[in-house]
Amino acid sequence: MSELLKVEHLTKIFTSGFIGGFEIRAVDDVSFTIKKGEIVSLVGESGSGKTTIGKLILRLIQPTSGRILFEGKDILQMSKKELRENYYRQVQAVFQDPFASFNPLHPVDRAFDLISESYLTDVSRDERKELVRDALRQIGLNPDEVLGKFPHQLSGGQLQRILIARALLLKPKLLIADEIVSMLDASTRIDVLNLLGDFRDKYGTSVLFVTHDLALGYYISDTTIIMYRGTIVEMGDTEKVFQNPLHPYTRMLLESVPDLNVKWEFKGIEPEKEEGTVYSLQGCRYAPRCPRATRLCFVRRPELIEFEKNHWVACHFYY
Amino acid sequence: MAMLTVEDLKIYYSTPLGHVKAVDGVSFEVKEGEVFGIAGESGCGKSTLVHSLILRKPPMVHMGGRALFKGKDLMTLSPEESKKIRYTELSIIPQYAMNALNPTKKIKDIVWDLAKEHGYTDREEVEKLLRERLSMVKLSPKVADMYPVELSGGMRQRATMVVSTLLNPDLLIADEVTSALDVTTQRVVIELLHHFMKEGIVKSIIFVTHDLALLDKIADRVMILYAGKVVEIGSTEEVINNPAHPYTRLLINSLPRMGVQYKKQKLKGIPGYPISLLNPPKGCRFYTRCPYALDKCPSEEPKLVKVGNEHYAACHLLGGESQ
Amino acid sequence: MKSEKLRIALKNRKFKVGVAIIVFFALFALIGPLVTPFDQLGYYPVKLHKMLLLKRSTPNLPPMSHDVIYAPGREINVTHYLGTDSFGRDLYAQVVYGLRNSLIVGLIGGGIATFVGLTIGFLAGYRGGWTDEILMMITNIMLVIPTMALLIIIAAYMSTRGVIIESIIIGLTAWPWTARAIRAQTLSLKNREFVHLAKLAGLSDLKIIIGEILPNITSYVFMVFILQFGGAILAAIGLDFIGLGPTRGISLGIILQNAVLWNAINLGYWWWAIPPGLIIALFITGLYFVNIGLEEVFNPRLRRE
Repeated sequence: MSELLKVEHLTKIFTSGFIGGFEIRAVDDVSFTIKKGEIVSLVGESGSGKTTIGKLILRLIQPTSGRILFEGKDILQMSKKELRENYYRQVQAVFQDPFASFNPLHPVDRAFDLISESYLTDVSRDERKELVRDALRQIGLNPDEVLGKFPHQLSGGQLQRILIARALLLKPKLLIADEIVSMLDASTRIDVLNLLGDFRDKYGTSVLFVTHDLALGYYISDTTIIMYRGTIVEMGDTEKVFQNPLHPYTRMLLESVPDLNVKWEFKGIEPEKEEGTVYSLQGCRYAPRCPRATRLCFVRRPELIEFEKNHWVACHFYY
Repeated sequence: MAMLTVEDLKIYYSTPLGHVKAVDGVSFEVKEGEVFGIAGESGCGKSTLVHSLILRKPPMVHMGGRALFKGKDLMTLSPEESKKIRYTELSIIPQYAMNALNPTKKIKDIVWDLAKEHGYTDREEVEKLLRERLSMVKLSPKVADMYPVELSGGMRQRATMVVSTLLNPDLLIADEVTSALDVTTQRVVIELLHHFMKEGIVKSIIFVTHDLALLDKIADRVMILYAGKVVEIGSTEEVINNPAHPYTRLLINSLPRMGVQYKKQKLKGIPGYPISLLNPPKGCRFYTRCPYALDKCPSEEPKLVKVGNEHYAACHLLGGESQ
Repeated sequence: MKSEKLRIALKNRKFKVGVAIIVFFALFALIGPLVTPFDQLGYYPVKLHKMLLLKRSTPNLPPMSHDVIYAPGREINVTHYLGTDSFGRDLYAQVVYGLRNSLIVGLIGGGIATFVGLTIGFLAGYRGGWTDEILMMITNIMLVIPTMALLIIIAAYMSTRGVIIESIIIGLTAWPWTARAIRAQTLSLKNREFVHLAKLAGLSDLKIIIGEILPNITSYVFMVFILQFGGAILAAIGLDFIGLGPTRGISLGIILQNAVLWNAINLGYWWWAIPPGLIIALFITGLYFVNIGLEEVFNPRLRRE
C-alpha cells in the first residue's frame, strides 16, 4: 500500500488574547502517515488534540508549523481556489454532531445540492438526482423517506448516514470521520461504523476515524494512533497496539474501557493528579500521571521509536 | 428488603399533539444494598423515570401508578415533603456533575446551606464531616475552602459526588453521570460509587446509563427499557450472558468488544428506529424492528414472563403465562 | 419555511398584541397630524399677506375644550382634544408631532445602531484574529464610556440640533452591545459543522457568509433592531427631558420636560404630562410584546401552541 497522506511535525498552538494571553499546544510535533485504502483510528480523550488534527488536515484551521502532504503535495501551500477545486473533491469529512451538520433552515437535500453544484457540474440534473438516490440506497436509507425533510424531522442516525452518502457521492480518496457515532445510540452505532468499512472496501477510500472510544477504534481500524495532550504516545497496527500495549497511558486506557465479560477489580480510589501545567511541560506530558515516571521523564520528551515492526511508542522506558 | 417499589408507573409528557407516553406502566423494585441499573437508548424513558421520582414539573404528568420509597408514595408527596427527603434519604447526582456546583460559593458554604435546610445546626460538625469525606475520595481537605472553579474537572466531579452523598442518602440516583466523561474519569466515578456502597454511605444506587458494558461492571441487577416499557429485568449476569428478549439480545450482539474486528467478524446493529411515543401501537413497541415479530405482536401487548431465577422478559416468543 | 414562521407568529397572542399597539401608534403619528390645524409646536398659523402669524389659545384648557382664536378679520373655532399648555399651545398637535419625531429617532437611531453593531460584530466574529481583537477593543471602550454622559457632551457642543442629528448621535453610541451579541452568534455559527461542510463542498467564503451564516442570524438581527428601536426612543426622551433635545421642533420628551418645568402636575394640569408619558409607556410595552412574541416564534422550545 502506498502513502496517501503524510503529516510531518505538525504543531498547532492556540493563543488567547494578544496582551498577556496564554497558549495551548493542542497538537505538538505530530507525524504519521495514512496509506491508500487504510482505516486509521486516532484515539484520545478530550483535550488530546485529535479533533484539531482532523481540522488541520481539512485546512479548516491553519497549523502553527509542520507539513501535510497529500499525494506528495503540501496542502498548506495550496491556494483557496486549489483547495476548492481539487483538494476537497478528494478529501471529505463527516463530523460529530449530525444536527449541527445541517443548516437548520433548509431541507437535508441541500447537503447534496451544494456538493453537486461544485463538483458534479458535468452531470445533468436528472442524473444527479438519481446519483443521490442511489447513494442513499447504498447506505440503507429509503430516499423517499428522507429527501425533502428538514433536519429536525430526522433522527441523528439518519442524518449521519445522509452525510456519509453525501461524501459517497464524490468517492473521495480520504474521509475524515470525526467522532461520527458518539452521539448515536448503541443499536444504530455499529451499522454506521460498518458503512465506513464498506465504503473503504468498495472504493478504496482511506479513512481517518477520530474517536475517544477504544472499542470502536479497535473494531474498525487497521492502524491505531493513541494521543495524549497533543502528542502521539503510541501507534501501529491495531492488533499490536491493543494486544501488546506498551505505553503506560495506553495500558491505563485499556484497563478503563468497560468491556463485556471482563470483570473489573475495584482497586480503591486513587488521588487525582494535578496536571494543569501539562501543556507547557518540557518532558513527557503523561509524566505527572504516570506510575513509572522518573526524573528523566519530566525533563526530556521521549521520541517515538519503533519497538517492533509497525509498532511505535514514545516512552523512556523502551529506550 | 425493598428500598423502592415502583408499581405500574405512568409518566407522560403533555404536548399540544397529545400525551407522549415516556414511561408507560413500569414496575420494579430496588432492594436495599444493591446497585440497580437502568439501561436503554435515548428516548426510552429512563431519564424521565428517575427524574419523576425526584421532581415532576410540567409538561411531565403523573398518569398513574405508585413509587413507594420507605413506605411513602413519592408520587403524592407535597413539595415540602419531597424537599425534606432530598439529600437525606433520596439524592441524585446530576448528569453534568462537573458543572453542577454554584461557582460563586465555596464548597463548604454550598454544603452548609444544604445541611441547614435539613435541620443541621452545628456547622463545625458538618464541615468536619465534609473534610472527612473529601479525604475519603482522596481530595485534600482544603478543597472545602475552595471555589468550584479552582478545581480541575476531575476534582470537581469528586467534590460533587461528595456533596450529593454527604447526608447519607439511603438511595442515590446516578443519571448518565459518566456519559460525558473520558473513560479514565468514568472509571474513577465507578470506583467512587462502589466505595460509597462499601462504606455504607448510601444503601442503594440506581445507575442509569445507555452503556450496557458499563452497567455490567457495577450493577447487581439491570432493567432494560425500550420506548417506555420494561422489556427485560434480572440479575446483571443473567441478562448480559443470557438475554431473553430479542431487543436485549440484538443490542448486546451489536456492542463492539475486544477481540472483535470488522475485518474478521462484522457486527450488526438493529435496523430501524424507535417508534414515536405519541401514539404507540397497542402491542409490543419493538415489533417494528424485531426480526422475529409474530402476527399478534403489533396488537397484543406482551406481559413480563419469568425466564429464570428472578429474570423476566416481555416477549410473545417466551410463552404465554403472565407474571 | 417563511410562511410557516409567519403563521406561527400570527397565532402568538403576545406578538399580535404588540403589533397592534405599534401599528396603532404608527398610524396615529402618520394620520394624526392631518386632523389638526395647529403646527407642531401647538400654535395656530394664520397667513396674513406674506407673513405667518402664530396664534395661541387660552392657556391651561382641559381636554376637549372649545376655544376661539381671533385672527385679523375673522374668528376661528377650534377644539383642543388634549387641552392646551400654560402658553396656550395645543397639546394634541404637540403629542402627535412629538410621537412622529420619536418614531423617526427610533427608526434612524435604532437602524444605525443595529447596522453598525451588526457590521462590527459580524466582521469581528467571522474574521477573528487581529480584526477581532481591535474591533472588540473599540467596542469595549465604547461600552465602558457612560452613554448618557457622552450624549450630553456631544449634544451640548452642537448649537443647533435637529431630530436627525439627535438620531445619528444616539445610533452611533448605542451599537456596542449589539456588536458583542452578534459577534458571539457569528462565532458560534462559524464553527458549526454545517459551515465546515459548506467549505468542504467548495463554496467560496462570500457564498458561505450569504448563504449559510447570515440567514441564521436574521431572526436575531430583527429582534435586536426592535430592542434598539425602543432604546433609541428612550434615549432621545432622556436627552430631551434634560433639555438637550432638538433645538427646533418637538418630541414627547420635550413635552414632558416643559410639563415638569412649568409645574404642570402640581398645578393640576395632568393632560400636559400624562398623555405623552402614557404613549411612551404603551409603545415601549408594544415593542416588548413583539420581541418576546418573536422569541417564541424563532425559538421552537419556547413555543406553546
